[in-house]
Amino acid sequence: MTTQTPPGPTTAVDTPVVELTGITVEFPAVRALDGVDFRLRAGEIHALMGENGAGKSTLIKALTGVHPIASGSVRVGGEEMRFSGPGDARAHGISTVYQEINLCENLTVAENIMLGAEPRRAGAIGWAAMRRQASAHLRRMGLDLDPASSLGSHSLAIQQLVAICRATVGECRVLILDEPTSSLDADEVERLFRVMRGLRDEGVAILFVSHFIDQVYAVSDRMTVLRNGRLVGEYRTAELPANDLVAHMIGRSMDVLEAVERVHEHTERDAAAPPLLQVVGLGRKGSVRPFDLDLYEGEVVGLAGLLGSGRTEVARLLTGADRPDAGYANLRGRRTRLRSPRAAMDHGIVYTSEDRKGEGVVEGLTVRDNIVLALQAGRGWMRPLPRRQVDELVSRYIDQLGIRPADPDALLRNLSGGNQQKVLLARWLATAPKLLVLDEPTRGIDVGAKAEIQKLVADLAADGMSVVFISAELEEVLRLSHRIAVMRDRQMVAEIDADGATMDEVVALIAGGGGQKDASQKDVAV
Amino acid sequence: MSKLLRHHLFWPLTALVVLLAANALARPGFLSIGLRDGHLVGAPVEILRTSAPLLLIALGMTLVIATRGIDLSVGAVVAVSGAVALSHIASSPDPTSPTTAFTAVGIALALCLVLGVWNGFLVSVLGIQPIIATLILMTAGRGVAMLITGGMITTVTSPPYKSLGSGFTLGLPTAAVIAFGVFALVALVVRRTALGMLLEATGINPAASRLSGVRSRTLTWTVYAASGLFAGVAGVLISADTMAADANNAGLFIELDAILAVVIGGTALSGGKFNLSGTLVGVLVIATLERTVTVLGISPLVTPLFMALVVIAVTLLQSPAMRARLTAATRRRPPAPPADGAAPALQADAPTETEVKA
Repeated sequence: MTTQTPPGPTTAVDTPVVELTGITVEFPAVRALDGVDFRLRAGEIHALMGENGAGKSTLIKALTGVHPIASGSVRVGGEEMRFSGPGDARAHGISTVYQEINLCENLTVAENIMLGAEPRRAGAIGWAAMRRQASAHLRRMGLDLDPASSLGSHSLAIQQLVAICRATVGECRVLILDEPTSSLDADEVERLFRVMRGLRDEGVAILFVSHFIDQVYAVSDRMTVLRNGRLVGEYRTAELPANDLVAHMIGRSMDVLEAVERVHEHTERDAAAPPLLQVVGLGRKGSVRPFDLDLYEGEVVGLAGLLGSGRTEVARLLTGADRPDAGYANLRGRRTRLRSPRAAMDHGIVYTSEDRKGEGVVEGLTVRDNIVLALQAGRGWMRPLPRRQVDELVSRYIDQLGIRPADPDALLRNLSGGNQQKVLLARWLATAPKLLVLDEPTRGIDVGAKAEIQKLVADLAADGMSVVFISAELEEVLRLSHRIAVMRDRQMVAEIDADGATMDEVVALIAGGGGQKDASQKDVAV
Repeated sequence: MSKLLRHHLFWPLTALVVLLAANALARPGFLSIGLRDGHLVGAPVEILRTSAPLLLIALGMTLVIATRGIDLSVGAVVAVSGAVALSHIASSPDPTSPTTAFTAVGIALALCLVLGVWNGFLVSVLGIQPIIATLILMTAGRGVAMLITGGMITTVTSPPYKSLGSGFTLGLPTAAVIAFGVFALVALVVRRTALGMLLEATGINPAASRLSGVRSRTLTWTVYAASGLFAGVAGVLISADTMAADANNAGLFIELDAILAVVIGGTALSGGKFNLSGTLVGVLVIATLERTVTVLGISPLVTPLFMALVVIAVTLLQSPAMRARLTAATRRRPPAPPADGAAPALQADAPTETEVKA
């Protein structure tokens, strides 16, 4: 088990600890994984890469027995295996640490580490032995923690490390880390990496999933890229430049990228006109580093970047959904505090969340109520909109946006995702906003509705509205935007004119790190 | 038929009608309403009068529950209200004058409004869970009432105050006129303004409501304040009925009756959609039920059990699972799709289960 393999130049000849061949996983209506091969060797850190929905989690869950495998084989240590669940996988030396820490905050560190493996004496737990063993495990990972302290008293980062420590109790040949760094800051990430490298040098095979490109390059030896449930390829990290990686993840060859057609009208905005909203050094600790951005009327600004790069955080700061702790905003040249969504709304700045169900629509209310909600909230409860005006407004938006079913009394939960999104748009359009911030408005909706929403965005901008458009689909951002602000690792790294921009330029900016070093890169390297 | 069955008021109304019928069978003159001294009298009128305090409290409770909250303190607020009002009358130089009664009511209601605002502050500003936040006042409120009354049961004589509890206005019991008047007014305000819709949006999806510019915090705060105020009015009516301020027993467990009335009326404790007409029927069901116990001559020993059985029956019939079964049963042809789909699935599951066991 402890075959010491040098980390860098792993050779294809040594037997992988885990070998997945032709794995297919089917869900009702979708094939989540389609004949994917994957090999994990002892003593390597292997990054699993792909955009949202590429099948990373599904692959992990197929391996650990959470999802049933329709076809394909799982070999662990050369032996054909099929696990019945994460517990079974763990018993065979495959432990998983998920993004959300699955520990009990109210128990001690020792209890958490040894949960399920408590040393027993005559049926009772040997507490002293348990603390001793737990502290041995902690030391092995270079953690200096009091095993008797309560887990909840430690930071998220320490809790994450305790979770990993727990995963390595007993026989651990394979450690799967699903987004372990998403809530950690730079120092904490470095600490986690030290632990990972230590485990790797002990011969543990580590499968690492992260959305942070820089981190993947910092710690991984090898990577496997998935896209839309299919294998794109396996690469050595040292041999794959970051922009090639991003291109593999997004899945457009460079020639196709060039051919992207733009839908927005090439109306030059009045160069002399002042910006509608100008933000300077706006930021929030632990969310997004300070950024500057000018937004003009009649212009669509795209926010490009990978998931977790800070796109949503920028949108939330612009619209008062989160309160900034640095910087300021000028609205038409006047200093304005956007303290709450309501304050922003009163200034004509509105936001549709990427979390349509959680933060967007009110599923238990009707289409009518959902459409007038923001307008009514703005007027206050004492001045209800006259019923006739409501009906007129609602039927106008149902027609204009093609909301189906065209029934104002339909409950929103009975509408499809695309129609819910249209209702959400109608809610904001009814308030006649000046700045519309759309976070992933086309995610998870069918192609027809998607095109309609894109067209609508272009039309709104042509009518003089200022729009911020966020999408994981780079093609869409390029097509709709006049300007593009690029986000990477929670900071705004570049702002480019979309007219001259090509897909691979933007990809290179998103990838940063291992890719080309341009001027904007140096600017933010401080 | 199935449409009628699915109406949210069907089962509460059925329960009410069944209870009234049972009473009418046991005592033939039960439903008759007579006229004495220009006042309406009879068991139904008496039910309206006794249901008045509960109606007010259930009204506040419905609004609080709509915002995903709960107000356990209303019983204690009832005690505080009565204690303040009667202590004021007792200590005033002229206990029998209408002015004294008027000031007493004013002071009591003002204090209860403050208590409601306190609850709202704990919930909406400090973000304490409603059940805990109002539990504080539920415990502390009776202590406050005890302090005000000095641990005694304060009894006073004040005809104007007494008339609030047992007098008549326009031929109807004054208490009922006040409670139903307040109820109608609030129902009108909630449904004619945008208050109802904004409350429901807040209860169903607080995050989406906040992003849509709804002042959820203010709304939540307001409903707790209203709940406190309505409990204060209920306290005045209860103390005016007995003309005694009992810090320990006034309004005891009335919060549970109110929650029950809301649930019987079809408003879910999970918040969101609420139903004031349902709450009204729920209150009448509970008031009639209490009356029924005496009419049917049920022994006090089995009274709690009897009431529990009726409540279980009504809440079961109101439950979504039971409703689904009933609607499926009433639609024989075409057969309901869920029942249809479930049957083969069950058969398919059964053998695999035995296989696993084997």
